[in-house]
Amino acid sequence: MKLTGAEIMMECLVKEGVDTIFGYPGGAIMPVHDAMLKYPVHHILTRHEQGASHAADGYARASGKVGVAIATSGPGATNLVTGIATAMMDSVPIVCITGQVPVHLIGGDAFQEVDVTGVTLPITKHNYLVTSVEEIPEVVREAFHIARSGRPGPVLIDFCKNAQLGEMEFEYPEGEVSLLGYHPPERAPKADLEEAVKLIEAAERPVILAGHGVQMSGAMEELRMFATKTNTPVAMTLLGLGSLPASDPLSLGMMGMHGEAYANEAIQNSDLLLAFGMRFDDRVTGLLSTYAPKAKKIHVEIDATEVHKNVAVDLPLMGDLKNVLTDIIPMLDEYDHPQWMSEIAEWKAETKERSIMSWRDDGKLYTAHAIRALWNATEGDSLVVTGVGQHQMWAAQYYEFEKPYRLLTSGGAGTMGYGVPAALGAWFAKKEEDVWLIDGDGSFQMTQSELATLVQEGANVKIALMNNSFLGMVRQWQEFFFDKRYAATPITGPDFVKLAEAFGVPAKRVEKPEDAMDAIKFAQETPGPVLIEFRVEMEEAVYPMVPAGAPLNEMLRRPIQEE
Amino acid sequence: MDHTIVALVEDKPGVLNRVASLFRRRNFNIKSLNVGNSETPDVSRMTIVVDDSVDASKVEANLYKLVNVVDVQDVTDQPAVIRELALIKVAATPGQRAEVASLASIFRGSIVDVASDSVVVQITGTEDKIASLLELLNPLGVLEMVRTGNIAMMRGAMSGKRYYQEKQTVNSGQ
Repeated sequence: MKLTGAEIMMECLVKEGVDTIFGYPGGAIMPVHDAMLKYPVHHILTRHEQGASHAADGYARASGKVGVAIATSGPGATNLVTGIATAMMDSVPIVCITGQVPVHLIGGDAFQEVDVTGVTLPITKHNYLVTSVEEIPEVVREAFHIARSGRPGPVLIDFCKNAQLGEMEFEYPEGEVSLLGYHPPERAPKADLEEAVKLIEAAERPVILAGHGVQMSGAMEELRMFATKTNTPVAMTLLGLGSLPASDPLSLGMMGMHGEAYANEAIQNSDLLLAFGMRFDDRVTGLLSTYAPKAKKIHVEIDATEVHKNVAVDLPLMGDLKNVLTDIIPMLDEYDHPQWMSEIAEWKAETKERSIMSWRDDGKLYTAHAIRALWNATEGDSLVVTGVGQHQMWAAQYYEFEKPYRLLTSGGAGTMGYGVPAALGAWFAKKEEDVWLIDGDGSFQMTQSELATLVQEGANVKIALMNNSFLGMVRQWQEFFFDKRYAATPITGPDFVKLAEAFGVPAKRVEKPEDAMDAIKFAQETPGPVLIEFRVEMEEAVYPMVPAGAPLNEMLRRPIQEE
Repeated sequence: MDHTIVALVEDKPGVLNRVASLFRRRNFNIKSLNVGNSETPDVSRMTIVVDDSVDASKVEANLYKLVNVVDVQDVTDQPAVIRELALIKVAATPGQRAEVASLASIFRGSIVDVASDSVVVQITGTEDKIASLLELLNPLGVLEMVRTGNIAMMRGAMSGKRYYQEKQTVNSGQ
C-alpha cells in the first residue's frame, strides 16, 4: 500500500520506539500532525517550541531514550534552537523534526522559510534536509542511530512539505545502519590499557573525575568497582552527580567553580587524574595553567576531539567508558591509599565546619535549607530538574544524589528557562517517580507559560520556586567583582501564587524556615502540578566559588556565621 | 610549517559547508582548500592546508567527527606528492613574449593563451616553485593570477585510508 511521506515518517518513528512527541503545529508540518492521529503516539502541545526541544531533552535524560520534538518551518524551527544547543552542549540524544517549504520554493524566501539546516549546522551532531519521500526511511534510521550512539547529541531533520505529501510504497529498511564515515570507538586497545595500569599502580594520590559520560554509558557499577578496587576517591562534574552515591565513602561530591572545597583541593594535589567521560570544561578546571600541576592524566573518552582540547593528557583511552572499565578492572590489583584518604578527610572536616548546614537557625530562609527540607521530604529519591543560576548550584550541592539519572540540568550551555519544560519531559519519561523542579525566579519567568502544558497534561510536577527577586548568580558576580553595582539584576515578578492559580496550579508561599516542610507536604499530597514559592534571602551567595580565571583551589569561602 | 590534510568526504549537498563551518567555529584558519572527485564515485577528495598556528591533530579529529567525512589524514610529514596549479596572466608586448616563454619553460611551465598585450602562463608544482616563477614574472607586470591550492597524494602503496586500517587493527586485537 502506498503511504504519504508524513505517514512514512510516523511509521519510522514508531519503529524507533517513539511514543511521545513534544511539539507545536504550523503550516509546513501539518501533514505530519495529521498523520500522527493514526499512530500510537502522544503529542504534547508545548506553549513555545523552545519548550518542545527542552521537554524532549528532559525526556531523553530521564529515560535514556531519544527525545523527539517537532515544529513547523521558519520561526517554529528557530524557536527550537536554544533547546538544540542545550542538548548539543550536554550530549543529549534528541531528534528534532521541522517542516520546510516545498523543495521548489527553497531559496525563494517563501512564507516561513528559514535555512534551518544552515542555522542548526553548528549546534547539531548532524542534520538532514529531506526533499523527497524516498529519502525518509533511511534518514530517520540514520538520525536516531547518530543521536543515540557514540557521543550522543541532537539530530535535526528538515522535512520539505512536498516530501510529506508525496506517496510511495513503504518498506522499512532491514539490517543495521551503516554509515561510511561514522565509527565511534568502542574499546581501547590492549596496549593502552596496559599503559594505564602502570600509571594507576604508580599513583599515590589518584582522583577519578566522573562526568556525564558515566551515566550516558551506563557505567555506574563499573565506576564503583573501579573506585573501590583501586581505593580512588571520585569527584563528579555537575552532570556527573549521581554516578556514585553521594553517601559512598569514596564520593567527593561536585568539583569545580562551585564544587566542594575538598574535592578541588584533592584534584589540585593529585598525582593521577582519571577523567571518565568528562571534558575539562572551564567551569571545572579553573585557571588551566595551574590545573592539577602534579598529576598525570588519563582521559577515557569516546570523542577524539575532546582529547587534549583543554587539558593535555598523558594517556587517552578511546572507547565507550563502560567497555573500557570492564576491560581494565580485571587487569588491576587492589590498592590502598591511607595517607591520601586521611589528607582528604581533613579537608572534608574543615569544609563541614564552614557549611551553611552547620549554621544555627537565625530565622532566615535560605535556599540551601529549603532544598535540604525537600531532600528530607523526598528521602533523597526525587528526580530533580533545575533552571540555571544560584538555585541550580544549591540544588547540586544540597540535594545529595544517591542514584543516577536524578539530576536534569543544563550544564554546558547554562540555559535559563530549561526547568519547566524539561520537568514536563522528565515526567513523561518517569511518571511513577517524584519529579521536583527547583527553579529560580529569573529562570522560571523565561518559560513559565509551560505551566499551561503541565495542567493540560495533568503532569505531576512539583515546583519549588526559589524567589530572591534578583538574577542571583549575576548579582553575586556583581557583589564580588563589580563593587556591588547591581546592573540589570533586580527583577520583579508576578505574584507567583496567583499566577500559578490562574493557570490552575495549586500554590503556596513560604516565608519562614519553619513553614517549609508543611508546604512541601502539601505539594506531595496534592495530585498534579503544584507550585511552592520560597521567599528566600535576597543577597545570599553560592560558596565556595572559584573566581573565573583563578586556580581551582583558590576559592572564595563562606564567611563564618556572625555571632 | 603549514599542515596539509587530505579528507575523503561523501559527495552530498552541503558537505563543503559543513567542513567550512567547522573551520570557522573552531577558529582554524584555512590557507587553501581544494575539492574534487576521487577514484570512488560519490566520494570527493579535499586537500586542506592550514598554517602552523593550528594544531593539525585537532583539525584531523574534528574533521573525522563530521558524519560525512569518511577519512582524514595529515600528510605533512609523510612521503607525499604535493602539487598546485597556477595560471598567471602577464603583461607582454609581442617583443616580450619570448622572454616570458623562456622563463616559463625553465620552470616546466607553458604559455596557454596569447593576446596582443598579454600571455597566460600555466605552471604546476610546489608552492616554492610557483613563488619563484612569480618573482621573475613580477617585473613584467602580473595582471591576474589564480591558483588551485595544493592537492596531495601519498607516494607508492601508502593510501589515505588511515581510519579504516586503524579500526581493523583495533577490532582484530580484541
